Amino acid sequence: MRGRPRMKLQMNTRLALYSVLEFASDPTRHIAAGEIAQRYGVSSHHLAKVLTELARAGVVESVRGVGGGYRFAANARRLTLMDVIQMFEDFGTGDAARREDGDDTPVGTALAAVLAEIDEIAKATFSTITLATMLRLIERQRADAARGAARRPAAGASPPARPARRRP
Amino acid sequence: MNAGAGTRARAAVSGGRRRGLPGADTGAVVIRPARRGDLEAVIAIDARVTGLPKRDYWQSLYRRYGAKRDAGRQFLVAIAGGEVVGFVIGEVRDWEFGSPPCGWVFGIDVDPRARQAGVGTRLLQAICNGFRGAGVDRVRTMLARDNHLVLSFFRSQGMMAGPFIPLEMELSP
Repeated sequence: MRGRPRMKLQMNTRLALYSVLEFASDPTRHIAAGEIAQRYGVSSHHLAKVLTELARAGVVESVRGVGGGYRFAANARRLTLMDVIQMFEDFGTGDAARREDGDDTPVGTALAAVLAEIDEIAKATFSTITLATMLRLIERQRADAARGAARRPAAGASPPARPARRRP
Repeated sequence: MNAGAGTRARAAVSGGRRRGLPGADTGAVVIRPARRGDLEAVIAIDARVTGLPKRDYWQSLYRRYGAKRDAGRQFLVAIAGGEVVGFVIGEVRDWEFGSPPCGWVFGIDVDPRARQAGVGTRLLQAICNGFRGAGVDRVRTMLARDNHLVLSFFRSQGMMAGPFIPLEMELSP
């Protein structure tokens, strides 16, 4: 069965979002790149390039020495998903300049209008979700998962006995 | 269908730096139903934020949402330091667009001098409590997609895109 379709972000963008959300969840903590790489099953080498870019933009700062790594250096209530995405891919900008074959035909123009509508909605979504809002969403996901786990019977456990129904 | 009432959250509630209005910190803010005497302040806040005074519109809204006590219709104001520093308006709409009864917020504003103090959050919480009291379990709003400031505010309160897509077209003469 096919999973739920979703928009694809480039790998570097996803790594950047994973990382900044890890850092922003505890701005006082230094986190080693290796720890994040392990958590998300990605290469440390690849992640290091992303973190260098985030540090250059002032989103994180590197901490040297024992217990070093990176820590969050931005304002989670101001930084949006779009701010991070646009560091790594050309999203929602320069659409007018990016020409595709067939754009000048009636079919191409109509298709471009539909795609622009989708882009505008995606742009509005990414631009209005701050890291602070994302952290609350993540907390809600965790709470929902915990509630779901609490409701599920442990493996091998018997289902609760159903009360006998009385005949009216 | 009462789309004419403007199912749009209208102006900024969270942005900008607080320039200070005495008592506008969250603890000192009181939320209560709007009274006729609050209307001038409400009109002034709206005009300051939108640049367009709409006296007749607000008086009409007060008659429909403020003057009559109705659990489904709410016009609330936030008071700090004895002044009106914000307001929220909404109502429960039944089966609009085929949706089960649901609370709609179609106007929320905070005085720019009182922002960044949680006033918008208090107003939204209060109207949501009112909607719960009216028996609904969902709240909805609609606003321009380039209104990033207010979109960010509603998202920070936990709101996500709903199952409806607004559509429109120009009417040829």
